[in-house]
Amino acid sequence: MSLAPAVAGSHFSFENVAVAVVMVAVAVGLSRWRRLDLERDIVVASIRAFVQLMAIGYVIDLIFRSRSSLAVVAMLAAMIGFATITSAQRFRGLPRRYGIALAAIGLSSVTTLGLMVALGIISRDARYLIPIGGMVIGNSMNVASVTGVRLMQDARTQRSLIETALALGASPRQAAQSVLRRAVRLALIPTIDSTKTMGIVFLPGAMTGMIIAGAKPLDAVRLQVVIMYMLLTAVAVTAVTVGLLVVGSLFTAEQQVRRLGEAVEA
Amino acid sequence: MDETARNGDGAALLGAESRLAASASDGVPKLAVSGLSYEVGSDGGRHTILDDVSFEVPGGRFFTILGPSGSGKSTLLRCIDRLLEPTAGSVLLDGEPAARMAVQTLRQRVGMVFQTAALFDGTVLDNVLYGPRLRREQLGGEAAGELLERVGLPREFAAKAVAELSGGEAQRVSLARALANRPEVLLLDEPTASLDPTASAQVERLLVRLAAETELTFVFVTHNLEQARRVGDRGLLLVGGRVIEQGPLSEILADPETDVMRLFIAGRLTGDTLSPATEPAS
Repeated sequence: MSLAPAVAGSHFSFENVAVAVVMVAVAVGLSRWRRLDLERDIVVASIRAFVQLMAIGYVIDLIFRSRSSLAVVAMLAAMIGFATITSAQRFRGLPRRYGIALAAIGLSSVTTLGLMVALGIISRDARYLIPIGGMVIGNSMNVASVTGVRLMQDARTQRSLIETALALGASPRQAAQSVLRRAVRLALIPTIDSTKTMGIVFLPGAMTGMIIAGAKPLDAVRLQVVIMYMLLTAVAVTAVTVGLLVVGSLFTAEQQVRRLGEAVEA
Repeated sequence: MDETARNGDGAALLGAESRLAASASDGVPKLAVSGLSYEVGSDGGRHTILDDVSFEVPGGRFFTILGPSGSGKSTLLRCIDRLLEPTAGSVLLDGEPAARMAVQTLRQRVGMVFQTAALFDGTVLDNVLYGPRLRREQLGGEAAGELLERVGLPREFAAKAVAELSGGEAQRVSLARALANRPEVLLLDEPTASLDPTASAQVERLLVRLAAETELTFVFVTHNLEQARRVGDRGLLLVGGRVIEQGPLSEILADPETDVMRLFIAGRLTGDTLSPATEPAS
């Protein structure tokens, strides 16, 4: 695996960014013309994107220059932390929701990144670990949320089927088997489909970025393939982990369907 | 039944129970529910669904729980099968506390049929064999065919997809599925309420026939007074989570002791007429 470094021709100046503000103005103009009432949102979003990306740019720059692997680990841990909070907030009413999100996102990112480094597929350099780690963690977060939310909804709508199975002597896991399988399958479909249509329907960000930065297209393609394979593992580990843990939280120790938000229902 | 009329009074209920127990063939009733309560909500807003419910069912009998919708009948069945955890009280199966049994053992011994058939995707056979398969028991197509015949369906139905069944057929399959577990007690939660009149009458006759033919003990929940009269035997009236009267249905329905029972028989009682806190007028 040899990757070409970014070349000088890809340097972006603040002047370039300032000119790109024209794009924002076009969006604002469209909103005003069609009375979408989104001008404020567009401006705030644009400013947030600039500030957040600038900040992270400086942080990454700092980590690159420090050459400290501890800093890389801290950065990845912080990303996992933010992803955990974001995902867990979707599981309102579910017991142990933060633990569930952390276990799933943490397990999938640590195992996939660890495996990639251990097998020598990617180097332990910050310039690989941080961007690739971000992709793994971000995808895990999305899949964790979709799996958990879907399971919670299905457990509510399919409650009579689940209780029928329990009444026939099924364990919670047996009773929830079909809703669990459906939620996990659903959560994995987008990743599988984008892997399937890779290069035909869209050119993925990492590859596009490398090509713009001046890398040879075939190098960029090889890295992208590696990333997609890795994401498949990461989302599968996430979805299965969230699924099993959420099912555990949906039932009481007495193998009854937990009344989520019972006080409200009563 | 004059003592029982003063509902909620422990001594009166005990009196009724001892008379029921005395009529049992062998001392220990198959199912004994005593002082069962179920509350939901947090300390801020507690809501009582069941309040100190007690009754006994001797083995092989057909026991009817009658009450308007919202009176706590389904909750009562769920507490017996531990699909809900009672807040207080006990359920004894052959004198053994249900709370101390493995949940799966209890649910195998005490089967349940719900208002809607709730069949699993697949064939009729998949559904009938669901319970035995959970316990890795070998129950062949032959045994499943016999079960289907017992609930009044042809054996060939085994291969049918559940999506093709009518409401009455689906409910029969759910009954066969419950029977495949060889339960000792079968809890029936308004099993005919979602069926059309013809299918409802057929399933009702089937239940009466099964009760007569088998040793199985039935606990049958219904809001339908006429249905309760037809299926007969013993039972109780549950309103606002409380037992209003209990005893042989022919007696308590013919000669009501309480105004609540009289209102119910007159069809002027709905589930929310009485809150659990309301004492029936004497």
